Amino acid sequence: MAKEKPVKKALNGRGDNAVTPEQLVQFYRDMLLIRRFEERAGQLYGMGLIGGFCHLYIGQEAVVVGLQSVAREGDSILTSYRDHGHMLACGMDPKGVMAELTGRSGGYSKGKGGSMHMFSREKGFYGGHGIVAAQVPIGTGLAFAHKYKKDGGMAVTYFGDGAANQGQVYESFNMASLWQLPVLYVIENNKYAMGTSVARGSASPDFVHRGEPYNMKCMSVDGMDVQAVRAAGLEAGDYIRAGHGPVLMEVHTYRYRGHSMSDPAKYRTKEELQKMRTEHDPIDRLRAVLLEMKALDEDGFKSMDKEIKDIVLDAADFAQKSPEPDPSELWTDILVA
Amino acid sequence: MATEILMPALSPTMTEGKLAKWLVKEGDMVSTGKVLAEIETDKATMELEAVDEGTIGKLLVAEGTEGVAVNKPIALLLAEGESAGAAAPAKAAPVAAASAPAEAKARAPEAPSAPMPAPEAQYSTWKTQTVREALRDAMAEEMRKDTTVFLMGEEVAEYQGAYKISQGLLEEFGADRVIDTPITEHGFAGLGVGAAFGGLKPIVEFMTFNFAMQAMDQIINSAAKTLYMSGGQMGCPIVFRGPNGAAARVAAQHSQCYASWYAHVPGLKVVAPWSASDAKGLLKSAIRDPNPIIFLENEILYGQSFPLPDAQDFTIPIGQAKVERQGTHVTLIAFSVMVGKALQAAEKLAADGIEAEVINLRTIRPLDIDTILKSVQKTNRVVTVEEGWAYSGIGSEISAQIMEKAFDYLDAPVLRVAGKDVPMPYAANLEAMALPQVQDIVEAAKDVCYR
Repeated sequence: MAKEKPVKKALNGRGDNAVTPEQLVQFYRDMLLIRRFEERAGQLYGMGLIGGFCHLYIGQEAVVVGLQSVAREGDSILTSYRDHGHMLACGMDPKGVMAELTGRSGGYSKGKGGSMHMFSREKGFYGGHGIVAAQVPIGTGLAFAHKYKKDGGMAVTYFGDGAANQGQVYESFNMASLWQLPVLYVIENNKYAMGTSVARGSASPDFVHRGEPYNMKCMSVDGMDVQAVRAAGLEAGDYIRAGHGPVLMEVHTYRYRGHSMSDPAKYRTKEELQKMRTEHDPIDRLRAVLLEMKALDEDGFKSMDKEIKDIVLDAADFAQKSPEPDPSELWTDILVA
Repeated sequence: MATEILMPALSPTMTEGKLAKWLVKEGDMVSTGKVLAEIETDKATMELEAVDEGTIGKLLVAEGTEGVAVNKPIALLLAEGESAGAAAPAKAAPVAAASAPAEAKARAPEAPSAPMPAPEAQYSTWKTQTVREALRDAMAEEMRKDTTVFLMGEEVAEYQGAYKISQGLLEEFGADRVIDTPITEHGFAGLGVGAAFGGLKPIVEFMTFNFAMQAMDQIINSAAKTLYMSGGQMGCPIVFRGPNGAAARVAAQHSQCYASWYAHVPGLKVVAPWSASDAKGLLKSAIRDPNPIIFLENEILYGQSFPLPDAQDFTIPIGQAKVERQGTHVTLIAFSVMVGKALQAAEKLAADGIEAEVINLRTIRPLDIDTILKSVQKTNRVVTVEEGWAYSGIGSEISAQIMEKAFDYLDAPVLRVAGKDVPMPYAANLEAMALPQVQDIVEAAKDVCYR
């Protein structure tokens, strides 16, 4: 069991944004769903039911759950290829996500996108992008559209510490700040760009400073603490929606699994991983908080475990029973008619 | 019911592996995430974690066993209250068989008929404009009609366009819709793609297409492929436009024709106007099109004047070529600035008694192969003309399609007139040698006529 952390009494210094016990239970549930979903996806990959590349989000759940809790209807969300957690946090159906992983017609992209390329306009999720950092200018463009249409929305653009060394990220920062676009750039610093540690790949390892030359508001937050992430998200969201321009948020997190399913993660020690798991696990940490608050008791956790397990098993079942795409689908969706 | 733990595939290509070491023994209780075993693949040693909780009932494969096939049961996991050997193991769902690949459909050549009349034919009121003015008017008209259309690029606003294509647009539409970008092609191309996903219709001007190579990833991987990868959800209505090909004396890095690069990619439409009429009618269609369009202009043509319909509703459909000159002896197929050269060549050939038909492709992808085949069936001889390199060029594609679809109509091999297979030289004499000239087209046409 994780070391217990004191409950943060007032988030963001404002009573109206203080998180309720019900919300905390919801965050726990959302994080647990992502973790169990990813574990199941790993299993299906092992069975050969999921092909190609499969990048799991286990360990990083608090980042997307905390930030999505401040997103509003109409906001645009997008990320890299490590995207399953983001889709679930956007409210996309686990069945549709899992069926896309297995390449079936019931998947969000009708089986034509796979793990790295999924979208839901309805839920405001704009991908799912397979090229490292390509989502950063695209998210900046979604923010441009929000401003152009004056619809009050913002674009939350997630990328990793590896992507943070791509040139197009800084081209985007420059334009976003120049034009005061409503975009939240979230660097999910999980310490490793595939197998290259931040220290080995980044001349300046504190990504939080990388927005400063562009006059952006910069924030750093503990991404293993969902409450801290939410508090930071509220502050950033208020700033962006007030029309002050983009925010860069570096979120310190950790992925437990390899970069993709075929990565044995030999570039880090077992002790390092074990320390993160036992002392910083975002789900265990919140569980301790909830127990202390008496927001949920052991029976409550048990029934939630069961509920989540059933959702994930249903998704896995759907993903195996959904038929492969009809051969005619090979030739559809190339151009809009 | 007991659950079988299967030998996992731990890479996209793994079919078997070695069960190097068990980290649990029979009777152990395991929880989700517990490392059960170490598996050696051809690349690495990986850990196998438990997905479900339960008790290890039986280890079915001994540690150290090599060549364990993926999906072979390696252990039994018992749920609460079960004993080993009690219940029959639950079978893992079988992997669905891959469906057979779609059969390639053979296409029969279609019967010849008269070429389609050009869309200009229906207009009675005409005016004369430069290509530059026609492009400007096309954007202005579409921006008046649809407030989601906006123009962005380097120097498009206050400078009035590096080549003055956007003259006056800032004054009419304001800085929210005519946007000067920093010099940051990759960034603003991607931003444009995002804006298109977000419901706008961007016109992204590249100062020249040579600089669009910086943006190639966003154009190909993001703009062209996302509709398919999203199962049809994510249309990208965007126009990337700017001058393409050689200007004059600007050497190798500023003189390349990119027609074949973009034409290679499903998910893009590629348009290359020649006249002012082409420019206006095609750009209006491009802006209205719900797909990503590569709109290849030509600097040499910007100042040239042509007649065009004097009408706001005039458009030219994308995907339709125009027969600029009727002929019976040989077909010259060209696009962009080379249409003018082909027409000049046709005049010279006429003096020698050879009547050349000249096709202006207007659109490169999708290719109007029907218009080409109708002409081939009439003339039986073809010369393609393009400024870019012949190797894997547009002429190569046209030639291959004619061979596949109208082989029996050919009386001579198709010849390609193209830019020489060298980077563009700076020296005036070498540059002229590198580019297709009227005389090259005349000679190629005579060759295919065996004259």
